[in-house]
Amino acid sequence: MNTSPNPFPHWSEKNVNSPKRRLVAGALVLTLVAAACGSDDDTADTSTEDSTEEPAAESTDETAAPGSTVSGTLVGAGASSQAAGMQGWQAGFQAINEDATIEYDAIGSGGGRELFLSGGSSFAGSDAFLKDEEFEASKDRCAGEQGAINLPHYISPIAIPYNLPQIEGSTLNLTPDVIAGIFANEIANWNDPAIAALNEGIEFPDVNINPVHRSDESGTTENFTDYMAQAAPDVWSFGAIEVWDGDGPGGGEGAQGTSGVVAATAAGEGSIGYADASQIGDLPAAAVGVGGEFLEFSPAAAGRIVDASERLEGRNEFDFAIEVNRTPDSSDVYPIALVSYHIVCLEYPDQETVDLVKAFMTYVGSEAGQAASGASAGSAPISPEVRADILKSIDAISVAG
Amino acid sequence: MITDTAPQSSPAPDDDFLGGDTGKLGDRVFHGLSLGAAALILATLAAVATFLFKEGLPTFTGDKSELDNTESFVSYVGPLVFGTIYISALALLIATPIAIAVALYISHYSPKKLSHTLGYFIDILAAIPSVVYGIWGIGVLAPILSRSLYPWLDDHAGFLPFFGSDVNVSTSGRTMLTVAIVLAVMILPIITAISREVFLQTPRLHEEASLALGATRWEVIRQAVLPYGRSGVISGAMLGLGRALGETMAVAIILSPADGYFWNVITNSNSNTIAANIALQFPESSGLEVNRLIATGLVLFIITFGVNAIARKIANAGFSGADG
Amino acid sequence: MTLAAEHQPESDTESPTNDNDRITSGSLAGRGMFAIVGASFVIGALSWLPSGSINWARWVIVTLLVYVAGTYAVARIVESPRQATDRLATAIVTSAFALVLLPLISVVWTVVDKGSNRFDWQFYSETMRGVVGEGGGAYHGIVGTLIITGLTTLFAVPFGLFTAIYLVEYGGNGRFARAVTGLVDVMTGIPSIVAGLFAYALFVLIDGPGHRSGLAGAIALTLLMTPVVVRASEEMLRLVPNELREASYALGVPKWKTIAKIVLPTAIAGILTGVVLAIARVIGETAPLLVTAGLAQGTNWNPLDGRMTTLPVYTYQAYKFPTLPPSASIDRAWAAALTLVIIVAVLFTTARILSSILKPQGLK
Repeated sequence: MNTSPNPFPHWSEKNVNSPKRRLVAGALVLTLVAAACGSDDDTADTSTEDSTEEPAAESTDETAAPGSTVSGTLVGAGASSQAAGMQGWQAGFQAINEDATIEYDAIGSGGGRELFLSGGSSFAGSDAFLKDEEFEASKDRCAGEQGAINLPHYISPIAIPYNLPQIEGSTLNLTPDVIAGIFANEIANWNDPAIAALNEGIEFPDVNINPVHRSDESGTTENFTDYMAQAAPDVWSFGAIEVWDGDGPGGGEGAQGTSGVVAATAAGEGSIGYADASQIGDLPAAAVGVGGEFLEFSPAAAGRIVDASERLEGRNEFDFAIEVNRTPDSSDVYPIALVSYHIVCLEYPDQETVDLVKAFMTYVGSEAGQAASGASAGSAPISPEVRADILKSIDAISVAG
Repeated sequence: MITDTAPQSSPAPDDDFLGGDTGKLGDRVFHGLSLGAAALILATLAAVATFLFKEGLPTFTGDKSELDNTESFVSYVGPLVFGTIYISALALLIATPIAIAVALYISHYSPKKLSHTLGYFIDILAAIPSVVYGIWGIGVLAPILSRSLYPWLDDHAGFLPFFGSDVNVSTSGRTMLTVAIVLAVMILPIITAISREVFLQTPRLHEEASLALGATRWEVIRQAVLPYGRSGVISGAMLGLGRALGETMAVAIILSPADGYFWNVITNSNSNTIAANIALQFPESSGLEVNRLIATGLVLFIITFGVNAIARKIANAGFSGADG
Repeated sequence: MTLAAEHQPESDTESPTNDNDRITSGSLAGRGMFAIVGASFVIGALSWLPSGSINWARWVIVTLLVYVAGTYAVARIVESPRQATDRLATAIVTSAFALVLLPLISVVWTVVDKGSNRFDWQFYSETMRGVVGEGGGAYHGIVGTLIITGLTTLFAVPFGLFTAIYLVEYGGNGRFARAVTGLVDVMTGIPSIVAGLFAYALFVLIDGPGHRSGLAGAIALTLLMTPVVVRASEEMLRLVPNELREASYALGVPKWKTIAKIVLPTAIAGILTGVVLAIARVIGETAPLLVTAGLAQGTNWNPLDGRMTTLPVYTYQAYKFPTLPPSASIDRAWAAALTLVIIVAVLFTTARILSSILKPQGLK
């Protein structure tokens, strides 16, 4: 390659020529190393992939999975609130249908609805039902004329954890007005008479209340603030908001995600927050005033919230969009819960998608499916009555034409 | 800077002596490739900028009612700009002097055998994912600082606006100062790595000339090493600042943000950064909110550009080996 | 204790300093320094005694402060002011290094400690397909990380290196070169999520909405990695003394050969460090990969089609959306972070070995 007569041969050969060759060789080595690291385990993987599906069977043992098994890949995207529950559903569903794969991108409710409406996914997960204009748009996106429907498949109770070691052992009772007062920074100390009045016999210390809220945009915040807006409208004047900072009352402490809120609450004495009930760990949670009594959260009590709410008027007969009722009359309904939907078309253009969507949605709504998300995410099961109704909607999904 | 003395102006090599056209062709290919790469940078950035403008523009033209929060864009992005610059500047202020000292330690103070290992160890730290720094910050560092340093600052330095004592000191330690310290730890390996390489490249003749005059080790460093490495250190600091400005996950995990301008760095109310705000709000945003977030990304773009332009000016005023 | 830098290999060049030392004044011998360090350590220990319990942070900080101040004071008395300044510099540099080790060791310790809970064969041989709660692994994440980072490196290194060559060797101080320099700076400021959105938008144009692939992820990361490569390489190329280039030209070697065989090999150690730093910068990215490469439960070897999980996304998913019990997910998150650090350590080691092989003999 070097044709020029070089007056200093030793220079060119030892110090100049060889490094280049070595550079190329080195680059090759790097690539090979990278490739080899992966391929080593190739065989191990294919053999273990089957075996890893076994543990999931436990959540689906009494499954009444309908019909024969399906195959193919079903893509969904949307609410991150469903991410943990979805892992349970994926595992359970794929254990029954070994050739089927469910992919779910937790890109957020809004993003999930947009992607679904643009045809980028077969179903959406969303903390909010389709808005009117989105419903209209879904008529273009879906085959046929009927558009999409909302199925309330995921109900997650929101607990109010607090960190006040001085009152350990006793249950903290809070009414909606007091909760709203705390989060609106109007009640700033634990020894406030408003709190003491609800909790006779508890000696409250002189400690500042540090209300912890989500710093990221979230369905949990929206459901929690919607609760305060409905149940304590006089105190909470900010409405249902998704972003606390800027839209909310300010103050307090912000933390990212459920884990952030739980960590911040656990770190600061006097803190109180709101978070997915399954993730609060060892922190005690307040009992919430509802129907004249105080109720601690439980999956069953939260699951009844769909029954206590009205279905939205003016939609498709198979649609299950509900206006969540945060002030139920009955004292056995826990009113602070996040209701998240699966949004699917009533008609798809091809049989494979219809089969996959129907099989997966039927599984998710089934007792086994609800138990699977309960086991993986601590969600609350929908009641048998609602389940029967939803099943009718799923049965209506068909190929267009 | 190079070409003043380098080849284009120097007499063209004698083709015959070099054995014909290989040299010319090779030169043309090499020049073409490198020019092509540079042009591709231009094209890529033009594409990214077009994308940002196109996606950001609806913020100003679109229907505001889609937003939860209808304040003007300037009042939305203002606190974020403030937070971004404030926190990054703090981080850089903490990291740069320490990084220079560490780089000097590795290049000129530690025993040669040890220095390789030390450099290696610090380099690896650059690779720890920022999520991990975030979790470490909130789980390990924040509790320590909130128990020890912050109450002390509150008591003893409360007369300064940064630690003003009229507000509640954070009990969980998730403040701008904590974030700045974590960012400093994150960018330290970057600044150190670049500075160390540059210090090691100091021409031995310069150092020996200084030594021959009877200079102490520190004088050698001051006279030969530091001037020589200046531009490299600034480059390293800018790379670090780039990471600090654009850091998302660590800030998002640690900081307790609020809406507004805050000088005090040890309370629960902190100005957020642009990148962290995008990371926090983007996952659940849709429609115009996404456009607005992208528009804030454009602002971050402009900030970075400004900061780097200034740094370039400073660096180029310095001294570089290629100037010969 | 010798004062001249230890990295000077020929020890006979050090004599001037030592002579100087002896002629002007007394000298702080190794034993004296040892005494100062020891005394500072004890004073540091005494500082936490009043509170009754060991306070590591205070111990270290007081020790360092006393050490720095003590060294200066003693050297000032025993030796000359110039020597004292030199000692002070040494003390500050050494203390800074010791101080930095604290958080760094703490971070590494946290990763190793928490990551070791799931540092087992199952984690490295299994995927998350069909796994809820305990068990499961990150095999698919390791494959995805290697493929996506490998592709990114393949794109960004030639791209960045040639740009740097253009800037240093060809562009000079021309308007175009200055514009490119400025644009590279702007590129370092692209927030990672924006790079992801851009790559996603690009692939939507080609493939329609909802596109997810490893390649899209690699394109996003290339945007982030290239400017780091350019900046680091540029800096290292500028450090190559012009004498070398001129000597080569004087011998009639064409410019491209001079660059390929003289300039690049001379700068190769620094460039490799820069490249590995750049890889380190992108290998831990989460946000852009979430929107481009997505998240899969199983292994995907094809970067052109379908979702591909990487270790940071895996970590993020396990940390942000833990399944019950949360501890199982959190353990997996830490193990994935530890794996990432190990991968980068391997990369660094390779780069170190390569650069010592490639470094031309006879240069420092």
